[in-house]
Amino acid sequence: MKKRKVIAALMISILTVSILAACGDSKESGGDATVIKIASQSPLSGGSSVQGEAIKLGGQMALDERKEEFKKLGFDLQFVPYDDQGDQKKGVANAEMIGADKAILAVLGHMNSGVSIPSSVVYEKYNIPMVSPANTATEVTDRKLKAVNRVVARDDFQGPAGAEYAVKTVAAKNIFVIQDKTSYGQGLAEAFKTAAEALGATIVGYEGITVGEKDFNGVLNQVLSKKPDFIFFGGLYNEGGLIVKQAREKGITVPIMGGDALDSSAMVDLAGDKLVDVLYSSVSTDMTKSNKDWADKYKETFDKSVENYSAYAYDSMNVILNGLSKAIEDNDGKLPAREKVRDAIRATTDFEGVATKVSFDDKGDNKYAKVFIYGFEGPTYPGTLISEIEQPK
Amino acid sequence: MLYLFCGFYIHKRGFNMISEILQTLPQVLVDGLTLGAVYAVVAIGYTMVYGILEFINFAHGEIFMTGAFVGTSTLLIFNTAGLLSGMPGWVAYILILVTAMLFTGLMGVGIERVAYRPLRKAPKLITLISAIGVSFLLQDIVRFIADLKTGSFLVTGISLYNENVKIKTSSIWDSFDDAFLKTNSIIVLAVAVLLMIGLDIFINRTKWGVAMRAVAQDRETASLMSINVNKVIALTFFIGSALGGGTGVLFAQQYGTIDPYIGFILGLKAFTAAVLGGIGNVRGAMFGGLFIGVLEMFSAANLGIITSGNFGGEYKDVVAFIILITILIFKPEGLFGRAVKEKV
Repeated sequence: MKKRKVIAALMISILTVSILAACGDSKESGGDATVIKIASQSPLSGGSSVQGEAIKLGGQMALDERKEEFKKLGFDLQFVPYDDQGDQKKGVANAEMIGADKAILAVLGHMNSGVSIPSSVVYEKYNIPMVSPANTATEVTDRKLKAVNRVVARDDFQGPAGAEYAVKTVAAKNIFVIQDKTSYGQGLAEAFKTAAEALGATIVGYEGITVGEKDFNGVLNQVLSKKPDFIFFGGLYNEGGLIVKQAREKGITVPIMGGDALDSSAMVDLAGDKLVDVLYSSVSTDMTKSNKDWADKYKETFDKSVENYSAYAYDSMNVILNGLSKAIEDNDGKLPAREKVRDAIRATTDFEGVATKVSFDDKGDNKYAKVFIYGFEGPTYPGTLISEIEQPK
Repeated sequence: MLYLFCGFYIHKRGFNMISEILQTLPQVLVDGLTLGAVYAVVAIGYTMVYGILEFINFAHGEIFMTGAFVGTSTLLIFNTAGLLSGMPGWVAYILILVTAMLFTGLMGVGIERVAYRPLRKAPKLITLISAIGVSFLLQDIVRFIADLKTGSFLVTGISLYNENVKIKTSSIWDSFDDAFLKTNSIIVLAVAVLLMIGLDIFINRTKWGVAMRAVAQDRETASLMSINVNKVIALTFFIGSALGGGTGVLFAQQYGTIDPYIGFILGLKAFTAAVLGGIGNVRGAMFGGLFIGVLEMFSAANLGIITSGNFGGEYKDVVAFIILITILIFKPEGLFGRAVKEKV
């Protein structure tokens, strides 16, 4: 562990040095062009650094492609990635530094909702717009901050999207709902239940389990006696994997669906070859399927495979840059104030990105954000993309 | 009585309810007895130590958990060494059982020597705190090692017997549905019963068993009768901990996935089983374990049906503990607690 951290620290320092060097270069060559910086905030070290790095790279790719465009307008566009370490305190500290740097006009990030929520308060104070490629927690935009936007779907759309798939596509009529009594699991299960009932399905059972237990035969025996044609599970993969395994061992073969918490390779470890006909929802699409050209280009540029949020970061950066160029235009080609960029980004309508179409509503949620349904058909992770569900208009 | 009453009142719903309960009854019994067997063997560990030292060894749940981890990692080591494919499943099973039992048995003796023996003359409460300390220590040591080796403290082992058997209970009586049984459930039951019978014979028929019973009855007098009390206590800890560790292996094989915190809830329930059966009484602990296991499974499966959905299966523990409290109100010494002479 320690070794890895040392290496990571070394890599980061090399990266920073090279970025600084690059900045130095461009300043010399760019002459007297006004510098505009766009920051990114994502975890570049620690447990989720792979996803955080993908956000940085996606943003960098979009920014590099449009450098020339801004050079013609007389601006030198620069990218400054920050490492929030997936930690609230670090995120807020970075946000203060970003606020103090007058050249930074917008932020791409964060990855974790928990970091976005406190950091965005700082952005709001400095009027720096932020576009998140990954935040799903409802609270992120429900506070109605002017600076906060996101391109992915909200958590409270997952349950209804799952219900729509279950009732309309699988044609489930009798659904058994299991939840783990946590705020995530119960919230998801209740949203699913309400939506499924509204669509005409019958909920034949609604049961809770205890997190940390390993034996779910009791609740599964109830499933046996109710004979449902679909099971929905609101909870995390620890219990989800075991429920799948124990259900299949009991001869329950109906589809089992869960939320994005089942989107984990641990499901394969837990359920093994019993992982059949298991569905989960996710806010991100499978780029290698939906836009292969882009995925190949990404791989070619960075020699890294596309992660969940790479394309969303790319789209978020383009949304930011579009807003920026609009603000520059409105300001007669001069450097716009942060407030203007913020409002221009919020005004984004019908932007066609590589992963998603973007139109922000008055809270900063994307009207076109979709939920994607994936399925496991055996012990391999990730599952395959089966369907996408659009939000009701 | 309750079912008859309901049936009398609301004919149709009542009878539907009974038929629904009957349908899953074979499956509930199978699952309940398997879980109950695990509780029973762990409960023996609590009851034995209490019988001899009159103190609750709260680290026993963690000894069970350590056994699960030792068994699983031994199996994983066999697998990476390529030995597993070469040997029949039952040989591997016996090997991991023995390894885990020896390990946890010796560990139990070590814990007694280090954490309990120096405190034997101290008030019981002090030893209890020491036991709680040991239990935290074990949890975090195991978590640390598992985290270091696999990157996650959630460990999934290899299941040796993974087939399912369908029992045609529907042919016995139409109201029953068929039950599914894992091969491993049979092993769990068989091994648990073997361990319990073996222990019962050991306590009642051997010289060491007599010595243990003597120490349990009166430590001072026993020592006057040239019984080495320290040795007997160490032996008690060895047997109790070995049983706990062995059950851990059975548990890991049954559910596939283990984490360092499985000992807490399970230990609590096994302790309850020991109290229910009359703490200090080995046969009582066996009965208490099976009783709590079946009761828990029954209420998890049927609570929603009986209360027409007002209370779901998540209240299963509440039901189990209400029944425990009710029994203890009428029989504070537990179901089998009267026969003090039999305690070990």
